[in-house]
Amino acid sequence: MEDMIQMDRTMSTQQDIKIEAKGVQVYYADNHAIKDVDVNIADKTVTAFIGPSGCGKSTFLRCLNRMNDTIDICRVEGKILLDGEDIYDPKVDPVQLRAKVGMVFQKPNPFPKSIYDNVAYGPKIHGLARNKADLDEIVEQSLRKAALWNEVKDRLNAPGTGMSGGQQQRLCIARAIATAPEVLLMDEPCSALDPIATAQVEELIDELRQSFSVVIVTHSMQQAARVSQKTAFFHLGNLVEFDDTDKIFTNPQDPRTESYISGRIG
Amino acid sequence: MSTSLLTTDARTKKRNAAEARFKAYGLGAIIVAMFALVILLTSVLGNGLSSFKQTFIALEVELPEDKLDKSGVRDLAVMSKVTTIGYAPILRNALLATLAEQGIETELSNKEISNMISKEAAATVRNRVLGNPDLVGQTVRFDVLASGRIDGFFKGRVTMESAALDNNTSPEALEIAQALADAGIMQTKFNWNFFVWPDASDQRPEAAGIGVAILGSLYMMLVVLCLALPIGVASSIYLEEFAPKNRWTDIIEVNISNLAAVPSIVFGILGLAIFINFMEFNQSSPLVGGLVLTLMTLPTIIISTRAALKSVPPSIRDAALGVGASKMQSVFHHVLPLAAPGILTGTIIGLAQALGETAPLLLIGMVAFVREYPAAFTPESGLFGEASTALPVQVYNWTQRADPGFVERASGAIITLLVFLLIMNAVAIYLRRRFERRW
Repeated sequence: MEDMIQMDRTMSTQQDIKIEAKGVQVYYADNHAIKDVDVNIADKTVTAFIGPSGCGKSTFLRCLNRMNDTIDICRVEGKILLDGEDIYDPKVDPVQLRAKVGMVFQKPNPFPKSIYDNVAYGPKIHGLARNKADLDEIVEQSLRKAALWNEVKDRLNAPGTGMSGGQQQRLCIARAIATAPEVLLMDEPCSALDPIATAQVEELIDELRQSFSVVIVTHSMQQAARVSQKTAFFHLGNLVEFDDTDKIFTNPQDPRTESYISGRIG
Repeated sequence: MSTSLLTTDARTKKRNAAEARFKAYGLGAIIVAMFALVILLTSVLGNGLSSFKQTFIALEVELPEDKLDKSGVRDLAVMSKVTTIGYAPILRNALLATLAEQGIETELSNKEISNMISKEAAATVRNRVLGNPDLVGQTVRFDVLASGRIDGFFKGRVTMESAALDNNTSPEALEIAQALADAGIMQTKFNWNFFVWPDASDQRPEAAGIGVAILGSLYMMLVVLCLALPIGVASSIYLEEFAPKNRWTDIIEVNISNLAAVPSIVFGILGLAIFINFMEFNQSSPLVGGLVLTLMTLPTIIISTRAALKSVPPSIRDAALGVGASKMQSVFHHVLPLAAPGILTGTIIGLAQALGETAPLLLIGMVAFVREYPAAFTPESGLFGEASTALPVQVYNWTQRADPGFVERASGAIITLLVFLLIMNAVAIYLRRRFERRW
C-alpha cells in the first residue's frame, strides 16, 4: 500500500504543470493576506493546502478561479498562469475561467432545485449539450463520477436540498465536474461532513485525480496525508513549504511546518 | 457550602419577577391593540353595513304617450326633450295610485308625496324609457329608489321625532312608508348597485355608489403595479448586487430610506408640480394619481426587495459563480427566485398602502365630483387620462357632506376598502407560503 502511494507520487511529480503561481500577493484593503507565494500545481494530481486558520490558504485557493473578484476590497498582484496563460490578464473573462476551474465549497450549497437541475445547470449555461439526450448523458456521467448515481437515479426530480450532507456535497462535486473543468478546487469539502461521508468524498477525490488536477484546502492533516500527492503548508500568509506529501509529513524542512504537523502551532 | 436547588435565591426571584412583568406588559399591549381593533370594526360595521341595503318602492308606472312622446313616432330626439322634471309627476301619480289601491288615505301635498321618492328615480325611469322607447304607452313595473329620509327610517336613522323637525319629510310620510312596507310594496333589500353607481349630489345620498371610485382605484393600482414593481425591483437588484459599495451608493441608500418616511402629501405637491403643471397631464386622472402613488410606493418596494435579496444566502451566489454563471445569470436564475416571496410581499404591502392613500390625491384634484365612469383609454385624454376619483378620497368626500345619509355611505366605502386590503394581504401571505423554498 505504502509502495503504491509512493509510486503514484513519483509518477505525479513528473507530470505537466497545470497552474503556475508567481509572486502572488493578496491584499484585503490594507491587510496583506498572501505574501509572495510561488507554487506549481501539477496536472492529474491532488495538491493539498494546509495551515492554521487565517493563514490564507482559502484566500489563495479562491484566487485560482478569481472568486475573490466578488470581494470589492480584495486586490491580487503577481501572476497566476493556467496552461501558460495569465488568468488575471484584463482580456480574461472570469466566467470562462470558472468553467475551466470548477469549485466545491466548504458548506454543501446545492441550488434549491431538483438533483437533475443542479447538475444540468452548468452544462446548460455553457451550451455543452446540444439536446436533452446529451444533457441527460452529461448529468448521468457527472453523477456517476461523483459516486452518487446509484443513490439518486430514481429520484432525479427530488430537491437537491433534501439529501443528506454527504450526498449534497457529492452533488456539488457532480455539479462542478458537469461543466468539464480542467482543475477542481475544493475548499474544505469535508468540514461539514461526518466521518463516513468524509471517507466517501475522499475516495471520490482520489478517483477524480484520473481526470482533473485537484486542489484541496483542508484543516485535517490526516486528510491531506490520505488524499494528496503534494502538500503546501501556509502560515501567516506565507507559503512555508511545498513538497511531496510524504516528505512534508515525515521530513519537514522548515521548523514551522514541523511544529504545525506535530500539533504545537495551529 | 452549596445552596439547595429547591429554594430560589434573591437573584433568581428578581429575574423571574422581571420576566413576569415583561410578559404582563406585552399582554397588556396586545389587549389594548385588540380592543382598539374591536372598537374600529364595531363602529365601521355598525355604521356601514346598512349602506349595502337600500329601500325600494315597487311601483306600477303608467308611461303616458301624451307626456313622454308628443310626436307619437318614438323619435328619440323629441323624446329626450322631456327632462326628469317631466318624469317626476308620473312617478308621483304612480305612487298615489298605489296608495289608493292599498286603501291608504293621505292628506299629504303632492310635493310631500314626491319627496318620498328619490330624485334619482325619475332619471332612472327616463333612461329606461329612452333606452327602450316601446315602453311608452304601457304600464311598467319599476323598483324605484325611496328617498334618503324614508330609507333612513327603515334603517333607524330617521325617527318620528326627527322627522317632525325636518323640512324634507314628515311623521305622516313615515307612517305611509310604514304602511307600504307592511303591504310589501316598500322593501329594504341588498343593493348591489352601491358598488356600481357613481357618486350622487348632496340631495340624493340614496343614489350614491362607489363604482367610479373603485374603477379609479383599480386603474391607479394598475399604473402603480406596472411602474413601481419593475422600477423598484430593477433598482434594488442594481444597488444590491451590481453597484460598487462607495460613498455615492451610500448616499442613494440613505435617501431612499428617507423617501420612505416623507409625508405622502409632499408627493402630492410634487405630482401637482411635475405631472400636472409641467407635463400637463389631465387633472384628477388615474394616470397622475398612479404616478404620484408610484413615487410614494417605490421606496417601500425597494427597501423590502433589498431586504429579500440580502436574505438569500451568499453560498447560493458562490455556487452559481463557481459553475461559471455570469453575475446576471446568478442573480436571475438563483437569487431572484429565492427572493421572490419577499419581493411579492413587499410589493403587495406597498400597493395596499397606495390603495388607502388620500392626501396626495387631494392635491392632484381627485377629490372632484365625478359621475362619469372613466374610460381606460380615449384618443383625447390617453391612457387612464379621464377624470376619476378613488376609494379613500370618496370616503373623505362623503364625510364632508351635510346629509346624514352619507355617513352610512362613507362607512360602507370604508368596509369595501378594508375588504380589498384584507384580500391583498391574504394574497401576499398566500404567495409567500406558496413560493417559499428552503435552502
